[in-house]
Parts: sequence; C-alpha cells; structure tokens
Amino acid sequence: MASRIERSPLIDWWRTIDRVLLGLILTLMLAGIILCLAGSPAVADRLGLPQFHFVKRQILFMVPAAVVMLLVSFMTPRHVRRAALLVYLGALGLVFIALLWGVEVKGARRWVNFAGMSIQPSEFLKPAFVVLVAWAFSEGGKRKDLPGNIIGFVLLFSTLVPVALQPDIGQTGLMAICWGGLVFLSGLHIFWVVGFSGVGVVGLAAAYKFLPHVKARIDRFSDKQSGDTFQVDNAYESFMQGGWFGKGPGEGTIKRILPDSHTDFIFAVTAEEFGIIICLVVLLLFMIVVLRGLVLARRNDDPFCRLAAAGLVMLFGVQSVINMAVNVQLMPAKGMTLPFISYGGSSLISLALGMGFLLAVTRKRPRAETFTPEPYAAYQAPFAGERA
Amino acid sequence: MTDEYFDLPKPRANYGFSPFRIQRHFNWIIVIFILAYGIVAGKLVLYGSGFFKSKEKTKVQLLKPTKARPLITDRNGEVLATDIKKYSVYVETDKLIEKDRAARLLAQALPQYTNQMKLLVEFESGRNFFWVARNISEEERERVFRLGLPGVVLEKENRRFYPNGTLAAHVLGSTDVDNRGISGFEKYIDQTGISDLEKIGLPVTQDELKPFELSIDIRIQHALRDELVKGINKYKALAGSGIVYDVTTGEIIALASYPDFDANLSTDAQKPENINRAMVGVYEMGSTFKALNTALALESGKMNINTAFDTKEGEMTIGKHTIHEYHGTGKRLTIPEIFLHSSNLGSAKMALTVGSKAQQDFLRKMGILDRVQTELPETQAPLYPKYWSDISTVTISYGHGISVSALACVKAVGALVNGGRLIEPTFLKRTPDEANKNAPVVIKPETSEALRYVMRLNAEQGTAKAALVPGYFIGGKTGTAEKAIRGFYQKDKMLTTFMAITPADRPRYLYFVILDEPKGIPETHNLATSSWNAGAVTGKLIERTAPMLMPPIFAQPEDPFPTMIKWNAWGIKKS
Repeated sequence: MASRIERSPLIDWWRTIDRVLLGLILTLMLAGIILCLAGSPAVADRLGLPQFHFVKRQILFMVPAAVVMLLVSFMTPRHVRRAALLVYLGALGLVFIALLWGVEVKGARRWVNFAGMSIQPSEFLKPAFVVLVAWAFSEGGKRKDLPGNIIGFVLLFSTLVPVALQPDIGQTGLMAICWGGLVFLSGLHIFWVVGFSGVGVVGLAAAYKFLPHVKARIDRFSDKQSGDTFQVDNAYESFMQGGWFGKGPGEGTIKRILPDSHTDFIFAVTAEEFGIIICLVVLLLFMIVVLRGLVLARRNDDPFCRLAAAGLVMLFGVQSVINMAVNVQLMPAKGMTLPFISYGGSSLISLALGMGFLLAVTRKRPRAETFTPEPYAAYQAPFAGERA
Repeated sequence: MTDEYFDLPKPRANYGFSPFRIQRHFNWIIVIFILAYGIVAGKLVLYGSGFFKSKEKTKVQLLKPTKARPLITDRNGEVLATDIKKYSVYVETDKLIEKDRAARLLAQALPQYTNQMKLLVEFESGRNFFWVARNISEEERERVFRLGLPGVVLEKENRRFYPNGTLAAHVLGSTDVDNRGISGFEKYIDQTGISDLEKIGLPVTQDELKPFELSIDIRIQHALRDELVKGINKYKALAGSGIVYDVTTGEIIALASYPDFDANLSTDAQKPENINRAMVGVYEMGSTFKALNTALALESGKMNINTAFDTKEGEMTIGKHTIHEYHGTGKRLTIPEIFLHSSNLGSAKMALTVGSKAQQDFLRKMGILDRVQTELPETQAPLYPKYWSDISTVTISYGHGISVSALACVKAVGALVNGGRLIEPTFLKRTPDEANKNAPVVIKPETSEALRYVMRLNAEQGTAKAALVPGYFIGGKTGTAEKAIRGFYQKDKMLTTFMAITPADRPRYLYFVILDEPKGIPETHNLATSSWNAGAVTGKLIERTAPMLMPPIFAQPEDPFPTMIKWNAWGIKKS
C-alpha cells in the first residue's frame, strides 16, 4: 500500500473506507450472478426468451451498479446529502409520472419507460428518502432554527402517499419501518415509537380493508385452505427438496413451476439447487453486513452519518429479512426482492446507490479522543472499580 | 473533496437526547435484527432437518431420488445385496413439443410399460410430472434416449440388486420400487435407524453406510438349497426347508425354504406359496421332539439315564384316545433305548412320570411356546393346546399336538446339545462371547451330554444312520409326523424331519431338514419315513458342507461322554 504521507483521493478512500463492508457487498453481488444462473433460466424458458437472458442482463447491470457504488462511496457526507436530494426529487417526479402515465403491470402502476428501459422509480426513492430523513432528524437536533421533526414528517407523507397509491404496499411498509427506526435511533422516547407503530398498524389495517390484493395475500397466509397458495407451496417444496446440500446446480425441478423464481423466490431456488447450508451462508452474509453497518453507525460521532448509515442498513436489512421470511413462509408474500441476489435492474442500481451512500457515510474520519463525551468515561467507571 | 474528512470534528452538540439512550436504542435495533435473522435461520434448519413433511406427492416424492441402502454381505464378505443405478423415465408435459408424436414414439419404445392412449391421457391431464416407467433395462434406456424427445427425462435411481437371485432370498427379503425394505432382512435394516441420517435430510450413498455382515455362509447356503431342491424333486415332496445352525453362537449359517423366489422380483416374495417355511411355517415335528422329552425326563430328577419303561403292551389308552408304537419292540426299554427305537409309548410314560405342568414349564423355558425373534420380521407363534390335558402331555412327548417352527426347534435343540445355554438365533455375524451374554443356562451340562450321547447312539445304531458321515462324529434324530388334515391324521401324508449334530462330543453345527409330504420311491422300498428322505438329504448335505466348515477327524474322539461312563449309561462302550 502507498505510504501514508502520499495523499491522493484514491489512497484516502482506500484508507478510510470500511473494507469489510465493501468486501461483503461485492461478495453478495457475485453471489447474485451465481444464483441468477440457477433461478432465471427456467423463467426465461417460460417467457420464450433465450435461456441466459436474465443472467446476461444481471451481469450487464452489475457493472454500472458496481461503478455507481464505488463512485458514490467517494462522496463526503455533504455530497451524500445533496446527491440524495437530487435523486429524491427526480425519483419522486418519476413516481408521479408512473402514477399518471405509467404502464399498468399486474394491477399496479410502478414503471416508467425511459430511453428504452423500464425503470421502477420507487426503488430509487428508498435510499434517498432514508438519507434525507436522517439529515432532517440530525440537523433538527443540532439547529434550533430548523424544524427537523416537521421536515421528517413531511418527507414521510410526501413519499409514502404516492408509493402507497401505486399501490406498492411492500415498499411503503419498508420505508415506514425505516422511518420509525430512524426516529427511534435519533433518541426519541420509546413511547413515541410505540405510538408510531400504532399508526403503522392502523395503516396496515386500512390497506387490508381497502386494497383487495393485500387482503387476499394476508388471508391466504393466515388460512392455508382459502385459495391459491401456488407460489408459497412451491417455495415450501423447494426447501423440502433441496435439503441440506441441494440437488446440485441446474438440477432443480420446482423452480420450473415457481413464478418469480429469479426475483422474489430466488432464495427458495437457492435452497433447492444449492441446499439449505448455502441459504444459511447467504443469510449470514446479510446479517454480517447489517450488524457491521449498525456497529459502525453506533460508533460514529457525527449525528447525520450515524443516522444515515443506520437508516440505509435498516433499509437493506429489513428488505432482506422480509424476503427471506416470505420464502421460508414466516410471512405472507410481499413482492420484495432479496438485495443484490434477486434479478432486477432498477433494484440493483438503487441498492448500489444505497450501499454507496452507506460506504460514504461510514468512512473513517479523524476523531480526537479528548472529545469523547463525558458519559463514556462514566460508563466505564464501574467496571474499573470492579477490577480494582 | 477530501478536506472535510480532516477537519477537526466539531464539539458534540447536545441535542436534547441522552447519548446513552441513543446507544441503547442502537443496541435494541441490533438485537431485533439478530432475532429476525435468527428466526429465519431457525426455520431453515427445521426445513433441513426434515421437521416438515412434503405436501405434494405428485411432483415431489416421485422425483425424489430413491435412497441408498447398505451393502449386505455373507460372513465371508461375499455380496448378497447391493445397490445399482437404474434408469426411470418421467415426462414433463410442458416441455413436450408434439404431444401426439411423443406419445406414439414413447409407447413404441416402452411397450411393456405403457401405450399411446394412456400417455395421451396423461399428457392432457394437466399434471406436469409423471412417471412413465421405473427401472427400465439398458436396451429400453437406449431406445428412449435415442428418441431425443424434449420433456422426456431419464432419471438415475438406486435399485436393489441381489446378485445371487434365489440364494438366501427368504433371509434377505425384498425392497419396493422406492428401495424401501418390505420383508426379510431388508425390512430389519430400515428399522435399525439406518435411514435416520436421511430423515434429518442428509443424503447418503451406499459407500457411506456400514455394510451388514450376515451369519450366512454363501457356500453352505448354496449347498443347502441345492440338496434341498434335489431331495424335494427326488422324493416328490411338496416343499421343504432346512437350517444350518452354529450351536455355540446362535448364528444361522444357512437357511433355505423351497419353493423360493428370485429376490430381485419383489412381487414373487409376496406370493403365499413362497413363505419362509423355516420360520413362518409351523409343523408337528414328530419324533425329533423326543430329544426335548428326554431332556425333560433327565432334568426332572425323577429318573436317571437307565430308568426303564415297559412297552410290551404296544399301545396305551388315555380317555378315548389310544396311542400305538410305531416301531414296536415289545420290550422294557431304558431311556437311551426309547430314543433309539423312537418309542412313542416309552416317551409318553416318561412325560406322564414328569407331569403335565413340568412339561409345559420345561417347553416354555426352552422357548418352544414362544415366537422366535430374530432380525427377520417373518416369524410365527407356535400352536399348542389351550387346555393341556393328559393326552396333550402324551402326544407332545413325541411331537404331535404341538406345531412349532423349524427355527424354534433348532434354537431349543441347540441349547440341548451345547451344554445347556439357550442362545437367541441371529442372522448377524456374532462371536460365542457375544452369544453367551444373554444366553440363560436352561439345562444341566450332564443332561446336555446325555442328549449328545443318545443322538450319537442313534446315528451309530438307530434311525440316524443315514447321515453318518465319517470323520464328523455325527449324532442325529429322525422325525416322521403324519399330517393332520381337517383334524384327521393321514397315514400317507407325512412331514419328515431330520436333525444332526457334528461333532457329537463337542457340537458346533446343527443341521435341520424338513420335507413336506415326501413319497416313497423304489430306491427307498416305497418307504417315506424320515431316515429315507430327510435323513438322506441331511447326509448328503453334511458330506458336502462339513468339510467347508471344519476339518474331518477320523480317529474316535477320546472319552467323548465321561458322565455317561460314570452313570454307566445303557449302551456305553467302556474303553
């Protein structure tokens, strides 16, 4: 490695970036390509596309995704805030365009066609939203002249309402959870968090009441006899068939009849072909990313960086947990992808953006130990006393 | 761009919330994530360990590769059962391009398994997966492969193969199309927890499973079956069975029953005529039971080896039944003479002297009144009178009025001659020490010696001469029972049994042969009693197999029956 005396943005980046996190994310990206090889050819066959259509596209998207992530990770926290604001405004605009003129796919208007590609703007909204909320709460705490909490609430409604109208209850819920998590992590009393959870439950109840597909999915989950449980049943069979070691790459049979085997149910296909042990390894990778991210965030002295990192990690973590929980039938089907593993261009680029933000805000910055706040010393005292 | 990183951090602002609380809230979130991932991981582990049952039989269980089974070998490591890979054909209807053409070609390739109409109906049934044929031959596989039809899949499966066909088929049993044991030793294997690894989801190959080493010796097994079949053909018997048994370890060295079946054809194993006659068939054993009766008399303490009974009258009436001598001598006979001449009357008097209760207790102690439990699931409980009257005592003394399996008889006789230890028979290789661990002593060693003595005497002078193979110091006993058909004993339908021990001074092996309804032939002067047929078969069998089991000793053993000399038993030669 270059000498510490030499200074260049690249060397500074390499020294300050969290290389564990970077390595884990690149590993997940690679795993995504390998598992896409297992999950997608069957779907491509069904759709009459060339067998490796989705694999090729996944690799094709992986390159810009990696570039986006690495470039974004060079940003300073200030740049992160500005970039997030730009992405947020752009994505929100596209969400409205999708709502008004978008193509209806499976009963929802989530996509806009742009330069020959279809984009799901709500994917890009997520990381930008989290960063902006983190900024609002941290800045609101610091500066009395800025009504941070009010901005936080405004952001919540201005984001969630259009997304909920698409309708995309999965994304809405995901963002709501992250928002609640940020409120909690900004130090708000647990009382408020419980209150907001109550609002969330009311929201879910409303979705159940007024949105037929949400009602159908929850009904199906809670009552196995009530109707079409095709996907869920087949996911179940995938795990049964795969066993610990799987049937071997390409040997899966359930994947051929499992819709969305390359996106929402890639985890089940992984189980069938590569086995439950590999599933546990993938799960462990996600868990380490999340825990590493949260520990880095907790350690961070800068309120914005701390909250932004925590928010981005929660976004990533909650999405992965929900996807896996749906796959193993702990939750009703959600339409949520497994970060980096599921096929999907928009989701890949948006994840890269989010992880780039995360890497940027978790970079090491010099901090003088003298500025360690008083409570830390007080915290350590009893232990020292005990040892004496 | 990087300048901001190297600015001194601003003093931490107090923004109303305790930093402690923020740390605590972070810890909460971390705990929640660990729990959430943990729950998902837990469910995955439950899936992996087979906690849940597969729901859909159609697609899933049919496509699951059949499981591997352990190798079964004989006591010398010769393969008796192994797994081979065979092909099965299934169809994924959604991949078929031309259903009509596929049905026609497939039906042509596999005419034994299916036809065009049946296939077309299946193709249109909406099911995506179904088996066309399981375990097809190599030529059939080749034909299907050559068709090159998309959607027609050849799947490799484990299939049980018995290289020796009929040999020891009753012992080995059979497996079904999914390679599960359904009878014989195969069923036992499934019960030993060999499939537990598979139950928690770990696939196993045959190489990873410990082979089962049977007590069976394939050479002896072959000779036994061969001699049995020859005997059955020669004497025009309906059926037969035979056992070669190691009395010191309880190991069954060979067990054959005829008619038998090819173990590779599991449907044949289920046919009623192919039952295991050595274990499932129960028969009135006739005079071979006199060995038990002799032991009973000596064990009772009420008589000694030279106690004599009058058989002059030649018949005996108990209630409304009269029993007769078969080979009447019209003499007063000692116990060895009664055994030698197979005197029914003498045996009856011995049993009556001991008493009905003592007889029952003794037979129960010898395991005669219970089902024999070995590894094989096929076993039959004995049939004996519920109300044990005096006439029962009399007839049972010479082996009528009680039906037992050949193996039960072998187990009891083994104990009579091996010094008195009742060993549980086994089909697994075992050492004498292991055998003696759970082998209760049921008779005195002197009584055991007396039994060996009378059997040796019988081979030298009596009915067991047929099996007197030189060099092996044979002892033996015949048994001829008239078959009871609808409650009447038939004079011309007999079940003949023969047992032999070698060497009689220190027995190691017990041979037991049963023939069902052998006929008299000119060679036997049209006689059909045991020594002419079962005895002759056993003689040939010993001649053929004993040299494989132990070297012959042509010199007379020194002092083979010391206690008999001490007792001055009838017929003992004093040296």
